[in-house]
Amino acid sequence: MTTIPFTYDINDDPWVLPYRGTVGMWCLILAESAMFLIFVVAYIFYLGKSLSGPTPKDVLELPIFDTICLLSSSLTIHLSVHQFQRRSRGGFVGWLAATVLLGIIFLLGTAREWSDLIFKHDFTIHTSLFGATFYSLVGLHATHVAIGLLMLSIVLVLGILGKVGEEQAHRFHALSMYWHFVDAVWVVVFLVVYVIGR
Amino acid sequence: MNGWVNGWAETVRLFGLSGQVSQSPRIHALSPLLIEALRGPGSGSGLFDRLFTSPNNIFSPQSLPAHEIFRLSMFTLIVTGAIFVTVSSLLLYAIVRFRQRPGEADADREPPQIYGSNQIELAWTVIPILIIVVLFLSTVRVIFGIQQAPEPKQALNVQVIGHRFWWEFRYPKYGVITANELHVPVSSDPKNPLPTYLKLTTADVDHSFWVPRLAGKTDIFGGQVNTTWIQPEATGIYLGQCAQFCGIEHARMLIRVYAQSTADFQSWIANQQQTAVEDPGAAEGRVIFEQNACINCHSIAGTVANGRFGPDLTHLMSRDTIAAGTLPNTRANLEKWIKDPDAYKPGCLMPAMELSDQDVKKIASYLVTLH
Amino acid sequence: MADSIPLSGIVDLTPDEEHPRLWLQVMHDWIVTVDHKKIGLMYIAASLMFFAIGGVEVLLMRIQLAKPESKFLSPEQYNQLFTLHGTTMIFFVAMPILFGFGNYLVPLMIGARDMAFPRLNAFSFWIYLFGASLLYYSILGGKGVFGGSGIPDVGWFAYAPLTENGFSQGNGSDYWALGIFITGIGTIGTALNITATTICMRCKGMKLSRMPLYVWLMLVTSVMALAAIPPLSAAQIMLVLDRHLGAHFFDIQAGGSAVLWAHFFWIFGHPEVYILVMPAFAFANEIIPVFSRKAIFGYPAMVAASVGIAFISFTVWAHHMFTVGMGAVANTAFVLSTMVIAVPTGIKIFNWLATIWGGKIRFRVPMLFCIGFLFQFTIAGLTGIMLGVAPFNWQLHNSYFVVAHFHYVILGGIFFCLFGAFYYWFPKMTGRMMDETLGKWHFWLFVLGFHLTFDFMHIPGLLGMPREIYTYEPGHHWGIWNMIVTIGAFVQAIAVLIFVFNLVRSCFKGKLAGNDPWDAWTLEWTTTSPPPSYNFASEPTVRSRRPLWDLKHPEEPDWEYELGTENEMAAK
Repeated sequence: MTTIPFTYDINDDPWVLPYRGTVGMWCLILAESAMFLIFVVAYIFYLGKSLSGPTPKDVLELPIFDTICLLSSSLTIHLSVHQFQRRSRGGFVGWLAATVLLGIIFLLGTAREWSDLIFKHDFTIHTSLFGATFYSLVGLHATHVAIGLLMLSIVLVLGILGKVGEEQAHRFHALSMYWHFVDAVWVVVFLVVYVIGR
Repeated sequence: MNGWVNGWAETVRLFGLSGQVSQSPRIHALSPLLIEALRGPGSGSGLFDRLFTSPNNIFSPQSLPAHEIFRLSMFTLIVTGAIFVTVSSLLLYAIVRFRQRPGEADADREPPQIYGSNQIELAWTVIPILIIVVLFLSTVRVIFGIQQAPEPKQALNVQVIGHRFWWEFRYPKYGVITANELHVPVSSDPKNPLPTYLKLTTADVDHSFWVPRLAGKTDIFGGQVNTTWIQPEATGIYLGQCAQFCGIEHARMLIRVYAQSTADFQSWIANQQQTAVEDPGAAEGRVIFEQNACINCHSIAGTVANGRFGPDLTHLMSRDTIAAGTLPNTRANLEKWIKDPDAYKPGCLMPAMELSDQDVKKIASYLVTLH
Repeated sequence: MADSIPLSGIVDLTPDEEHPRLWLQVMHDWIVTVDHKKIGLMYIAASLMFFAIGGVEVLLMRIQLAKPESKFLSPEQYNQLFTLHGTTMIFFVAMPILFGFGNYLVPLMIGARDMAFPRLNAFSFWIYLFGASLLYYSILGGKGVFGGSGIPDVGWFAYAPLTENGFSQGNGSDYWALGIFITGIGTIGTALNITATTICMRCKGMKLSRMPLYVWLMLVTSVMALAAIPPLSAAQIMLVLDRHLGAHFFDIQAGGSAVLWAHFFWIFGHPEVYILVMPAFAFANEIIPVFSRKAIFGYPAMVAASVGIAFISFTVWAHHMFTVGMGAVANTAFVLSTMVIAVPTGIKIFNWLATIWGGKIRFRVPMLFCIGFLFQFTIAGLTGIMLGVAPFNWQLHNSYFVVAHFHYVILGGIFFCLFGAFYYWFPKMTGRMMDETLGKWHFWLFVLGFHLTFDFMHIPGLLGMPREIYTYEPGHHWGIWNMIVTIGAFVQAIAVLIFVFNLVRSCFKGKLAGNDPWDAWTLEWTTTSPPPSYNFASEPTVRSRRPLWDLKHPEEPDWEYELGTENEMAAK
């Protein structure tokens, strides 16, 4: 149709663009980061400004065990993805189950912490500025953990049933990115709320 | 002033506003008050004045911060005006010169494709940067000049508290509390400036204190105290209003600033410091006032009324308007207002107290004695 | 064949439906569709409907303001109207219509079959519609248990603590927060989709540096939206927590800060206006070159300027807060960033001028609107600079000068480009041309009405008239100007009616358009009008920024220029 001669740079090189799931997940991570940033800013801004109620030092304990669980779950899901790529179904399902378990332990830990705060210390979202910013920030994170766990559980069940194949590799990888993001947010929350804030 | 009144009345007729306007007699009554505020340069009755003067004109400064802003604004207008003329001329020239002319020989051939030019693009990056540097530096000078002006020892301090929908003014040095009409001394000697520093706080939501001829506006936010200052250089009345949406009657939260000579100001202060006038002829009205819920919101110094929710009424009759500028302060209006505030300022926070007409008259008779 | 751009005339395009379908079948088709073109059209149709609603709202407001002390509306009604008007126009008209065009055009321009996530695309549209309906449901919702206003009346930026329980009984603030929050989910979804699509689904040979500028700008807009909308969502969550779970984010009594709401809102609010204007720039980037018959001048600079604007726009937010009492140093910082952003914006205007310069301008309706845009956006940018001079801002903030400024940007800038886009791409979307004569009536009447309203609206602002007031006293000399402004509003309304009439009528009676009625150069003009559901029979391959130009002008193809610059850079 044309007589334009070839040029050197095109047409024979493979045309490979990133996987859309990965890009989509990065977009989601960007958006969620922006949202968390605002809650973190509010938390830091209101540190020390509560007019009444307990201070962070009074009621917060370092959640070391829960943090170890959650951060280890990043490791386990990384191993799970690795096993998936090596087509080892047993390894993939096993490490994924470990991830889900660790995530559940983390959530239970948060639940225990909140139950203590609310019933023993009478400290709620309504108590003070600290209450409002603490529960909203930690709660927002916990919600994201719960949603992540839900997704991971679905994949786990499907994996056990043998319905997950090679074609889903990059999808699972994108989901693991979400889980890593949730962990990264926890690192920030941990530092801001339990270390700096106290 | 007559010329001005004529000019205004003519404008009203010209634009058929009289139909609407004549239904509210208070509008006619208000106009002398507004007209008074316009005394000064530009209050003639020519067309320009009729169109472009306003008691709230930002380009008619009468106070040092407003002058500073005015000068910077004029410089900005000149710079942006020049840019506008340049760009529009180029655009106009381009669309005329480079239009497709169908009759021409090569009308169908595409013009030469020019993809860019490093030199031209550099030029039109560098030149705007230079313009901006100049504008930025001029701006910074004025920002610091106004916001970090050192407060002279003789400055007057007034605490401003924004309410929904009225203004409370307190003079801590003199122990004076008043509402809606701010009296300040004029600063006539540039070598001995006499500014008034206003500390702005709120009793409820956000407000903004704006009297254009005296200064730029400063917002009022809960949880912080903002400070601004004015330095009126001529006596007179300066108008303004709340400039941050605060609810249903945000539009009727007017400000009147009375710049007075030092002598007048001191005598105003002296009067405000007195407790309320006790006129025996109005005793009945005072009793009704004290026995009703009026005292829950209003204060009258020297009586049992010490509510702080509404304006202080101790020297009510020293003010020209009521309800933050909604109505002129006359006996008839006081009666109407007390009877049914919602009819004049719908949604304002003063309820109709369901008083009988007689009681209303008596209370009004009492209030008009509070000079 | 190495360089293939499929001209769909070669492929058999017998329509798939021979028999007439039931109306219900057609409806069902549209409701369940995941086709980016249909979804784009639905966005556009829904936005036009809300445009009409928002327009009626403002006409009512203008009747009220035309005379001082008017009793046409009660203060409550007026406050509800301006809240609804601003919220509707920004969230339910401008954003969706611009993203709707993006939905339609981006895959076509990059040679893709659909968006990266078609089902997310459909979900995003319906959630937008749901959120918008939720806000308007507040009209039916009534006074609620506490007797306060059902319809939000707190202004479109809903400053706290006015929105807190103590000052806004009733559910108005909740409808405002939740309606926008839900719509925002849809916007984030579409932004994600456009980003993934442009990065992952370009056809062979379309490097990022060969993407049409429209696609570049939609990419930049989408990434901005991902970062800018969540702060608003966060603030709205905080507001709802305050109102219903007793939190204290903006509760002054508990030590909370009202200014914090303002910061959070404007951290969203300022990038938001660039999110609105970038797609308009995107339209101009396509229309101006085609009707000047020249390639866009300075493509790399345009890309760099757009990315630059995107980044800087996140640093200027507090120029909406110069009067808040931030102190001289903070004010200075925001003056600086505000002025800095003027540089890349100016560069774009100059690039457009240079594109026109030396061209052969065809004054068809899309170009008329773009020329109007150039003129008016320049003015809008300059009044923006005035507002960026903080002390000047201390007088102009919250006055009608600001209202005039931002309508100049949105209506005079963005909507002019948008109208141009309608006339330009309508043939592609429907296969028919819009009527040129009616289009010119629309253009000139709208220009008249626009300038009557918004040129003169600056004056009451300079004369001290604040915004968001339901009435004003006579004697301020605001009445005359307000009357002129109102008249202009009605003139604009008539122009818009002509436009809508043209739009609808042309669907049935317009001249048949063919593939490429404007003699344009990007990939969407290689498909039929309208394109088949699969867009391209086979994936195109491109070698330059203007594939069709190369085909039509084999003697001076774009790829030669590209090769030239690459060799230049390699030689250095």
